[in-house]
Amino acid sequence: MNRLIVTKTPKVYIGGAFVRSESGRVFPVKDAAGAFFANVPQCTRKDLRNAVEAAAKAGPGWARRTAYNRGQILYRLGEMLESRSSEMAEAIALGAAGRRAALREVVAAVDRLIHYAGWADKYEQVLGSVNPVSSPHFNFTVTEPMGIVGVVAPDAAPLLGLVSLIAPAITSGNTVVALASGTHPYPAVVFGEMLATSDLPGGVVNLLTGFRKELIPTFATHTHLRAITAVADAAERKALRLGGADSVKRVRLVKAEDDTDWFGDAESGLYAIRDLIEFKTTWHPIGA
Amino acid sequence: MPPTTQDKRKTAPRAGSRGRAVPELIFGDLWEYDPAPETADPKLKARYDLFIGGEFTAPKAGAYFDTINPATEQKLADVALAGQADVDAAYRAAQRAFDTTWGRMPGRERAKYLYRVARLLQDRAREFAVAETLNGGKPIKESRDFDVPMAAAHFFYHAGWADKLDYVAPGRKIAPLGVVGQVIPWNFPLLMLAWKLAPALAMGNCVVIKPAETTPITALKLAEIFQQAGLPPGVVNIVTGAGETGAAVMAHPTPVKVAFTGSTEVGKVIMRSLAGTDKKMTMELGGKAANIIFDDAPLDQAVEGVVNGIFFNQGHVCCAGSRLLVHEPVADRVLAKLKNRVRVLRVGDPMDKNTDLGAINSRQQLEKIGELVDSGVKEGAEIFQPPCRLPAKGFFFRPTLFSGVTQSHRIAREEIFGPVLSILTFRTVDEAVEKANNTAYGLSAGVWTDKGSRILKLSTELKAGVIWANTFNKFDPASPFGGYKESGFGREGGRQGLLDYAKLT
Amino acid sequence: MLAQPSQAAFRRLLDEIGTVDAVGVEERVAKFTSRSIKKASKVKGLATAVSMVDMTTLEGKDTPGKIASLCQKALRPSEDPSVPPVAAVCVYSAMVRHAKRHVAGTAVKVASVATAFPSGQTGLRTRLAEVRAAVGDGADEIDMVINRGAYLSGDYNRVKDEICAVLEACGGSALKVILEVGELETYDSIRAASFLAMSVLRPGDFIKTSTGKTTSNATLGNTQVMIEAIRDHFLDTGIAISMKPAGGIRTAKQALHYLVAVKETLGDAWLTNARYRFGASSLLNDLLRQLEKERTGAYQAPYYFSETAESY
Repeated sequence: MNRLIVTKTPKVYIGGAFVRSESGRVFPVKDAAGAFFANVPQCTRKDLRNAVEAAAKAGPGWARRTAYNRGQILYRLGEMLESRSSEMAEAIALGAAGRRAALREVVAAVDRLIHYAGWADKYEQVLGSVNPVSSPHFNFTVTEPMGIVGVVAPDAAPLLGLVSLIAPAITSGNTVVALASGTHPYPAVVFGEMLATSDLPGGVVNLLTGFRKELIPTFATHTHLRAITAVADAAERKALRLGGADSVKRVRLVKAEDDTDWFGDAESGLYAIRDLIEFKTTWHPIGA
Repeated sequence: MPPTTQDKRKTAPRAGSRGRAVPELIFGDLWEYDPAPETADPKLKARYDLFIGGEFTAPKAGAYFDTINPATEQKLADVALAGQADVDAAYRAAQRAFDTTWGRMPGRERAKYLYRVARLLQDRAREFAVAETLNGGKPIKESRDFDVPMAAAHFFYHAGWADKLDYVAPGRKIAPLGVVGQVIPWNFPLLMLAWKLAPALAMGNCVVIKPAETTPITALKLAEIFQQAGLPPGVVNIVTGAGETGAAVMAHPTPVKVAFTGSTEVGKVIMRSLAGTDKKMTMELGGKAANIIFDDAPLDQAVEGVVNGIFFNQGHVCCAGSRLLVHEPVADRVLAKLKNRVRVLRVGDPMDKNTDLGAINSRQQLEKIGELVDSGVKEGAEIFQPPCRLPAKGFFFRPTLFSGVTQSHRIAREEIFGPVLSILTFRTVDEAVEKANNTAYGLSAGVWTDKGSRILKLSTELKAGVIWANTFNKFDPASPFGGYKESGFGREGGRQGLLDYAKLT
Repeated sequence: MLAQPSQAAFRRLLDEIGTVDAVGVEERVAKFTSRSIKKASKVKGLATAVSMVDMTTLEGKDTPGKIASLCQKALRPSEDPSVPPVAAVCVYSAMVRHAKRHVAGTAVKVASVATAFPSGQTGLRTRLAEVRAAVGDGADEIDMVINRGAYLSGDYNRVKDEICAVLEACGGSALKVILEVGELETYDSIRAASFLAMSVLRPGDFIKTSTGKTTSNATLGNTQVMIEAIRDHFLDTGIAISMKPAGGIRTAKQALHYLVAVKETLGDAWLTNARYRFGASSLLNDLLRQLEKERTGAYQAPYYFSETAESY
């Protein structure tokens, strides 16, 4: 007699813990053949609020980690993903992608993490500066994380898109509250399990599953989110910028209709980090 | 004054002894400074038209408004009121200039135009300083020693970048954005203009800019310099008017980027109005900076920094150090020193070279300051104002210190944008940081201490874009400036500021 | 190495009086130089400065004759009767009796540099003997130098004890304590040395910047540090110490900047020669020259004025 397999209850990863939506609501995810696969939490604005609280709590500690340490943790995350790449590929393949394409997406995501791991202790040297002011002052500009960054991931490339938006944010010490692809949320659930086994402190990355329509207005208006990086359609972009205006949010938008090539080099690198940092300039007199 | 030699045993009362007076300094009129008015000719025109496509152009609707001297309330000139049609024309001129001349010009040639502008502005520095003071009310010594030279420095600094843009964004190709729209405030009319124009132009963009309604003159005088410098028509277009003109400049479909300096309130309105577009933005908004003095600080220099931080330009400074946080062990001492310092500040005729605080920029602003000061008194803070005489006409306000202020007082939370300092105390380093960061603003902060490691700790933990350590209110074209949180985003100045006017591929 | 208990006490004083930021001081004094002093306020400022001059000759070639003409000029700097006499003539101790002959009974004081001026490098007994001799010859004021060697090696008590000993030798004559700021180097040191001296001085005694015999002299910056120390000491104790910048102040314009600093830091009570002096040799003539220019409207040639250093 065949053994009945034990299925996994997908949960979202908030504050380093796996939880269900506070609302108790779920929505079903189907496999490639259209059969029921599992129920995924349908997160609400209150879950988003809780995630922001968790991110706020983790923020100062994460920002204070040394750049070297953040780099190693990102690298470790790459290791986790690489070592469980077939599991992740299966999760991606639940969607439309074939198994080959899914695997290709996983290794691209690993490479992206390794890319940012290397940036952690370098971007400051490229972006910061010592400024030759014309008065007897030492003047230098350093970068700092913005704080809590809201991420709205694309439906295309549900893992690679998500990783491409999260990685530059946390490289510089931001913490993240991310909404996974609405159509293919399961890879994000698996990614949460990898985050938990990497050395990333709980609360640095918080992953929500749910409906964009329901959550984007809260992403836009939650004033504690200092920045939003989102792949969004025209209406969503307007909503994010309109809501973001109230707290003068930094809003970084990729057009959903642009059919972004997430595998390309354009979607990684220094300038994605730059979009999610603040420049701080310090003056001090030079005297005795 | 006749020479007197006093008996040295009878000089001053002793403190501490019972029944004797506490020693006090006398800041009287034994030796008064005579009025020292600046007399250079500002060379004003009776009427200022719009500057569009390299020419001074009458507004299409033919409307003009008065611009006045806030120190005398007298009219200085008629200034054109730009309507939608004028703004359209300005953007057409800018787009044409971008497509045909400026956008295609090699960087080294753009550089030479900007150098010319800097040099011509230096030539006419005194004339511009007088015009700036007449129109804005700031003391002549500030417009002469700060605003105008710093404006020229911005053009000079950025000119040199124009042919070195490949070094701005390593790893990417850099290009101008195209046409940008800019709106600037009245507190540093010429300097903000330079601050906005210089990086945009060096990068190869063309601009439509709107000066503040109350202070349009030096912008239009700078247009004369653009003509003298031979700047190609349409590279810079200046449209004058009030909020409606500003809204038209921001909302126009042509600019791919808009930059705004002004209040957080208006900044949010602009951000909302642009929500449906893909325009890039730079926002330089309000502030409520904390200036933190520790007990080991060089107190006299700290007091000087505090005075410079809040009374510079009558406190009309977005990064003004309007909240003073003093370590409790030295709180009384600092307050006493501040009072003595404030007693020798000279308030009055902005054209007098000895004036430290000039005129408040407008009646509306004066009323706003008065209202917030009243709220401070009502909420129980202790007010100190030196007994200086104010001119009978014009908009003036005494330098004001509020002690015994708490975090919840309105004067500790709202931007006053006037010569009003709110003084709070703290006990520990963490409390100082906590109080300093307890605001939606994050433009600047100051810290005064003799301990190096503490400076670096605070400069890390204070959430502000500019940290002045053992100094305050310092600016330089090479030094990036801009805010955290609701003080805005984007930077101006330095290599970092250039990138905000660039497209990367 | 642990400091001696007495030195530790002084180090605590340093903590108490706080530090000075050099760049901040320079910024503060730059504002004094941007004050524009015109017309009546200029005339009044110049006349006040004249009344504060310690007319100084400190040369190996000084003779009774030279002293006589100096005193003449001190008593009546200008033919214009509205120009006051200077505050004092400042001479070497051997010249005190000659100077006293000319100014006795007038408002002009005789000040004598003593204590092995300018280096101070003789034994204390020798220095005190010189002070007593000058006072005995009629010196109203004694300008002493502090023991910089002791100060810089941290022996603050010795510095203080020596000031006390000179003070005692002064009797009723006023004492001016020269810090020789150029050798103390930092503003922190200047502030500390000011407090060290003031802790034993009597009301009406002076602290003074420099001897004029080294390359660094009075500047607006070091003078500002000292008058801020005087202000703080006065507000804490009620004891009003006087100030004398010396050396390097050559022009009327400079003198007015110094007076602006006094007006805006110490206030009106120090705008008198009982509380403020200029130690200078060539300043007086420039003050007179500018006063004459204000009176006549014409710029004046230097050789119109007696005792000039630069007549050509």
